[in-house]
Amino acid sequence: MGKKLLTEHFGVQGIQQLQVYKQHGGYASLEKALKKTPDEIVNEVMTSGLRGRGGAGFPTGRKWSFIDKKSGKPRYLVCNADESEPGTFKDRYLMEVNPHLLIEGMIISSFALGAHLSYIYIRGELLYVYHILEKAIAEAYEAGYLGKNILGTGYDLELYCHPGGGAYICGEETALIESLEGKRGNPRIKPPFPAISGLYNNPTVVNNVESIATVPAIIAMGGEEYAKIGIGHSKGTKLISACGHIKKPGIYEIELGLPVEEFIYSDEYCGGIRGGRKLKAVVAGGSSVPILPAELILKTEKGEPRLMSYESLSDGGFTSGTMLGSGGFIVMDETTSIVKNLFNFTRFYHHESCGQCSPCREGTAWMEKILHRILHGHGTLKDVDLLWTLQKNIDGKTICPLGDAAAWPVASAIRHFRSEFEDFVQHPEKHLDVKHYFNQIEKKELA
Amino acid sequence: MPKVTIDGKTIEVPQGTTILQAARMIGAEVTPPAMCYYTSLKTSGGYCRTCIVKVSKMSEANPNPIPKPVASCRTNVEEGMEVLNYTSPEIVEARKGVVEFLLANHPLDCPICDQAGECHLQDLSYDHGSDDTRYEFERRKFKKIDLGPFIQLHMTRCILCYRCVKVADQLTDERVHGVLNRGEVSEISTYITKAIENDFSGNMIDVCPVGALTDKTFRFKSRVWFTNPVSAHRDCKKCCGKVTLWYKGDEVLRVTGRKDKWGEVEEFICNECRFEKKQTLDWEIEGPTAIDRHSVISANHYEKIVEPSLFKLNDIKPFED
Amino acid sequence: MENKQHIEFSADALALAKKLMGRYPEGKHKSAIIPILHIAQSEFGGWLSPQGMDYVAKIMDLQPIEVYEVASFYSMFNLQPVGKCVIEVCRTGPCWLMGAEDIVNHIESKLNIKVGETTSDGMFTLKTVECLAACGGAPMMQVAEKYHEDLTFAKVDTILNDYQNNTKTPISHWSKDKIKP
Repeated sequence: MGKKLLTEHFGVQGIQQLQVYKQHGGYASLEKALKKTPDEIVNEVMTSGLRGRGGAGFPTGRKWSFIDKKSGKPRYLVCNADESEPGTFKDRYLMEVNPHLLIEGMIISSFALGAHLSYIYIRGELLYVYHILEKAIAEAYEAGYLGKNILGTGYDLELYCHPGGGAYICGEETALIESLEGKRGNPRIKPPFPAISGLYNNPTVVNNVESIATVPAIIAMGGEEYAKIGIGHSKGTKLISACGHIKKPGIYEIELGLPVEEFIYSDEYCGGIRGGRKLKAVVAGGSSVPILPAELILKTEKGEPRLMSYESLSDGGFTSGTMLGSGGFIVMDETTSIVKNLFNFTRFYHHESCGQCSPCREGTAWMEKILHRILHGHGTLKDVDLLWTLQKNIDGKTICPLGDAAAWPVASAIRHFRSEFEDFVQHPEKHLDVKHYFNQIEKKELA
Repeated sequence: MPKVTIDGKTIEVPQGTTILQAARMIGAEVTPPAMCYYTSLKTSGGYCRTCIVKVSKMSEANPNPIPKPVASCRTNVEEGMEVLNYTSPEIVEARKGVVEFLLANHPLDCPICDQAGECHLQDLSYDHGSDDTRYEFERRKFKKIDLGPFIQLHMTRCILCYRCVKVADQLTDERVHGVLNRGEVSEISTYITKAIENDFSGNMIDVCPVGALTDKTFRFKSRVWFTNPVSAHRDCKKCCGKVTLWYKGDEVLRVTGRKDKWGEVEEFICNECRFEKKQTLDWEIEGPTAIDRHSVISANHYEKIVEPSLFKLNDIKPFED
Repeated sequence: MENKQHIEFSADALALAKKLMGRYPEGKHKSAIIPILHIAQSEFGGWLSPQGMDYVAKIMDLQPIEVYEVASFYSMFNLQPVGKCVIEVCRTGPCWLMGAEDIVNHIESKLNIKVGETTSDGMFTLKTVECLAACGGAPMMQVAEKYHEDLTFAKVDTILNDYQNNTKTPISHWSKDKIKP
């Protein structure tokens, strides 16, 4: 059993309530943190080696250190709870089961950043979790953990929850900021980065739910202790959302460095492939990261066991590796059609493209149309090459990473499963067994 | 003042200059095309991706390259920056890809489009695109939207540069049109049919790089290359009153703002000047407008630019080659 | 379907909207537009008519186009009338692997409608949506604020019968009982 820092109290009856949360050691980290200086907390998080849990894996402490303190403008902390990466459902679970853990993390982190106004931007579909958080925030205000003069320290903080309206793109931090300002979720052109000019053009830090929820544990045990967990530059524990063709889908808190093979096959975690089938492929970090065939997800190209860590999963670059991403671990068994799965992913990115820049707006739609044609038995070998060049023309040419996220699944599927694509276009009759939905984006028409 | 090198040519520019502006200062031979950026519209640019360049050296202080291509219109130069535009095969290729995306759903209805001849998308595809298209699906269509007596919105041709939205935001006090929907089906619209009634709304036509917004008072009257542009001005209380009159014979077919060599209007004009002053008597004539020889409009243009003081209206003669 | 809408917030909804606008710094109340559109959708029968959006623009002191731009961007806002219950079936990756298409097929034939359509009695509208962050419970669907996970045909039947029998007025993502100041 690995260490459980985030999920330790998930089984406790009533942990959603402040009273119960406190009985299990809740808000002790906040009291400890408020006795430190903000810089000490930033250093503690830096020492811990915590990396952003939303997908990019940027060191959280370093992100905090970039925030502009010189200008004297108000600073904001915004929690990115717009969890929408296909395959990822850890933040929803965490907020639903233990909302005070996130709130405690928000207060400590806001204090460290010198923010007096902070928001939790939660995706709109999770309105039921929004109401859970609202209730928990109200409790925290009542207990004196929020509001004016928190616990008599003179520190003031207003914390609010803010729901989105249904848009994957708002998980991108500048799109999230635009959306929080009440606009369309169009990503901003960077620079300037949010640490200099973010929400209302003031210095802003945007952190993922899991990153912020880890902060109380870091304060409790100390950054150095935290850094002892994990492997290499992958410190601490990570929530993995396991789904797809496995026996036990769910959220697992793992110590980074766990072998992938153990994660998939041991009974403590996924419990192996359903129906005793063979593993075909895994998307290890949410739909955006490259798909890997079984042999490359279990072992690196060099033949070393692949580990659940930032470094090991990306070993081999995009030629033979992938990314830890958000930890959305999608497992596919031998019955899975990679071509159909790719169509599904591509349709997703087409649907979620904001439409602001041309390669993503036009390219995602085009790729979906080609895959749709292939799926319906009208594809040619040229289509496979065309898909390859289109993803290349999108990758790195867009304003925000959604373009890359749409390109990588296409590139990796063709790279590792080209023969399957070729077989599909040459012998479509073998593959045309399932009806596939091809929903054009519903254009909203005037009522 | 930082020094920047673009395609091997170095120039010193004021702090805060973008790569695109620096390139324009050097000259057309290093300047990337720009379809959405517009100097006088704040926060414009960054969307179309045609102006992407490779920054091979960030600055003297940080000599690393930027790994991905950047939008030159929204990236400021830094001391010692080195930029590759036409000298980078990778960028030339990437731009070709962008042009292909921009044209994928464009109707290519140039033969019936009023913008033909002064369309930036036409120029872009001639200069930077491929001869052929690989897009084999049905193209996107939108219903035409009526924006009142002066402006026709033909969304099917739009490339979503956002310029017209920024005009409405920055030049008028009440914006009634915007970008609706998202992704591939995003469109410029008023949602509920509304006339755009504002003294400066006509500038949306001038900033539109394609034929999505056209002048209803000029629609289908003439191909632009059969008209002769003449610079003129009048004393206007609302705007600068400096315009280009587009003549066919003795008749003024349309009035536009004066455009610089990058196709951007020098100063915005009001709707009265644009739509209501179509008599030669309304204007002080300055002389023929200089038109780039590269442009198809010059096909019907003057043999040479005459000194304004010597200019008389009946001096205008078609260019013979 | 209620085509004739009463275009005004209830006192509670108006008070809630005012409270939400107060959560942002001075002059930044536009930030509250998305939560207020959720409330509007709940107040106005599950969808947003142009009049409904104009009302939101009025109480927020915005140009109507600013509201249209936002409402048309986000997938949760319905700009067309919908049934009392909107069934939103997740169709993305992990749910697809676990049979989301079969669930959609099943609902289509059970209700005799296609995706995007509303039953003739105005009870159900069927939508497919992208990943709802419940991949561990795939296949899944959302009705109003509630997530229904680990779906089987039998489970879907029970759930739909339940809504059929117990839904008197349109239900929405922001449930009516949570509209309190």
